Amino acid sequence: MSGGLSIAGFSFGRFSAVLIKEFIQMRRDRVTFAMMIGLPIIQLLLFGFAINADPRHLPTLVEMADDGPLTRAILAGMQNSGYFDFQGPVGGIAAGEAVLRRGDANFVIVIPQNFERDVIRGRRPSVLISADASDPSATGGAVAALAGIVQVAINETLQGPLQSLAGTAPPFSVDVHREYNPEGKTSTNIVPGLLAIILSMTMVMITAVAIVKETERGTMEMLIATPVRPLEVMLGKILPYVFVGYVQTTVFLIAAGIVFRVPFEGSPWAFFLGFNLFIVVNLALGFLISTAARSQMQAMQLSFFTILPSILLSGFMFPFAGMPAWAQFLGTGVPATHFLRIVRKVMLKGAGVGDVTGELGALGVILVVISVIAMLRYRQTLD
Amino acid sequence: MTAPAVIAITGLTKTFGDKRVVDDFDITVPKGAIYGFLGPNGSGKTTTIRMLCGLLTPDAGQGTCLGFDILREPDKIKEQVGYMTQKFSLYEDLSIRENLDFVARMYRLNRRKQRVDAALNDLGLADRQKQLAGTLSGGWKQRLALAACLLHEPKLLLLDEPTAGVDPKARRDFWDEIRRLSAAGVTVLVSTHYMDEAVQCDFIAYIAYGKRLIDGPSATIPEQVGLVTWRVEGPDLAALEQRLKQEPGVEQVARFGAVLHISGTDKQALDATVARLQAEGTHRWTLQVAGLEEAFIYLMAGARDNFARDTPQGAAA
Repeated sequence: MSGGLSIAGFSFGRFSAVLIKEFIQMRRDRVTFAMMIGLPIIQLLLFGFAINADPRHLPTLVEMADDGPLTRAILAGMQNSGYFDFQGPVGGIAAGEAVLRRGDANFVIVIPQNFERDVIRGRRPSVLISADASDPSATGGAVAALAGIVQVAINETLQGPLQSLAGTAPPFSVDVHREYNPEGKTSTNIVPGLLAIILSMTMVMITAVAIVKETERGTMEMLIATPVRPLEVMLGKILPYVFVGYVQTTVFLIAAGIVFRVPFEGSPWAFFLGFNLFIVVNLALGFLISTAARSQMQAMQLSFFTILPSILLSGFMFPFAGMPAWAQFLGTGVPATHFLRIVRKVMLKGAGVGDVTGELGALGVILVVISVIAMLRYRQTLD
Repeated sequence: MTAPAVIAITGLTKTFGDKRVVDDFDITVPKGAIYGFLGPNGSGKTTTIRMLCGLLTPDAGQGTCLGFDILREPDKIKEQVGYMTQKFSLYEDLSIRENLDFVARMYRLNRRKQRVDAALNDLGLADRQKQLAGTLSGGWKQRLALAACLLHEPKLLLLDEPTAGVDPKARRDFWDEIRRLSAAGVTVLVSTHYMDEAVQCDFIAYIAYGKRLIDGPSATIPEQVGLVTWRVEGPDLAALEQRLKQEPGVEQVARFGAVLHISGTDKQALDATVARLQAEGTHRWTLQVAGLEEAFIYLMAGARDNFARDTPQGAAA
């Protein structure tokens, strides 16, 4: 009677009146309008350039208790790898630890006394490398690269009569292929993921706020005192933001291609299907939030509550496969998880519609669940 | 009542949490009447109006509004009701014209442009139609809101404290318009705090704590209240006024220009006091029939703010 959505009596005229009104209000609200268009660009530029999971030029200090061609070759190799940036010498292990603790350097390298002599005598001395592993992602790449660098240095230095010593290293090399991202650029991975995050943020928040604003300003009372049907209000208020999502995605794709040179390998259709579905899911989520929130502030807070899982559990920040089973289970319920996969598959791996049916299906299920709850909660009255 | 009832509802009840905001409320409004809702803040006036136009679902009660069942056919009622909210509820970030146009579309009106043009001309806002509604003054907002809820030519107008914060001239113009509509057969139900508005109504219901305490044609209200009123003329009324307030039987002293109206419900006690003061011979005393003014002042004075609820019973019961 008063709740729920009914198709009966749907008036296209009333629906388009709500639609026109929303567009006029959107145009007049400069701040929101700027946020819708400006926010994606700023976030893309900021995060695309700032976030780097494989950082280089990490400050490094060295304590050289020995000096010889091998030592210098190792240090030169480390410098040349781009991971290490030698800042200068450090006096002793205790001083090195203090530097690490203060965070002035990420690495302290100690070449022990008589290092060269011990290598030649076959005593296998150790080069001590202390890494600040409090942020594993900062130092992980450098540490992983280290073994190879030292090996190369040894092979190049120990020539002639000493060549047999070089053979003590394992007689194989690790050959890593970086698929889909040959240069190992983080931006190639981050930028497609950012689309999922930007759309989640703006779409959910703007929709939730747009509807709660009517309640807060008292205009909802006038609106529902007219014969308008809930479905007309819901569609009329949601569609303008679908348009906003299109604008955001277009801006995003242009920036991703021009600024970050992220490839677009796959089917535009797969992308189009995925992103339409994702936008609608987010708008439905925003609508659901608006049925629970009593003020614009509450709507914002509830929106943020949905954004954190999108960032942390979707595979945007951390590899999905690396999460524990229960977290993966939660992550599966997050729409951004599936859209993220679609975008990465399509843009980087060249996927077509057939490759993303699983993700599309998952988004469809989430959409149905959210919409049903939203419809049950929406009231045509002020109760 | 000879005309058919536009609103005929019995047992209307609404509870928010453990608070019974509207309690077993009966109301009958004949066609073309101006029916006034009086009562303090929080007495249930707004809630009752919202239930009448389908914005709130009653917990109990039955009846019809414009011939439609209030529980089963709220959509049909909405088509023919014009509801003017207490707070300005048009879009402040839309222009005057855009607001009227939006409302016209909501009611799917034909000849939309002509109707909106006509409304703008009637308002005298034709040359300011592009101005944002939020920039209008209180009086203009109120006129715009009235114009918006008259666009679809409703048969029933529900006005919730329509003139709060509006200057006296605008309020008088507003009531001229209401009178005109009423004469044209539109039924008007209006809630108000103001005595000068209450006297404009054909029927009055006085509400406190969600209960209807007094109800009837305006002319019968003083009788229902049961006031006895004496009129006093003479020198130094201010001193007399102070003195009278302490005397037994005097429940209300109201000043009208150069005269005082002294009222009470206990005729014996009041007459005794008046007889004693009359003997002093300083003032001229006349017994008169209590008017609507005295009755309303009495009702409004007896009713404290209903949000601060400390006694379960109505104040003026």
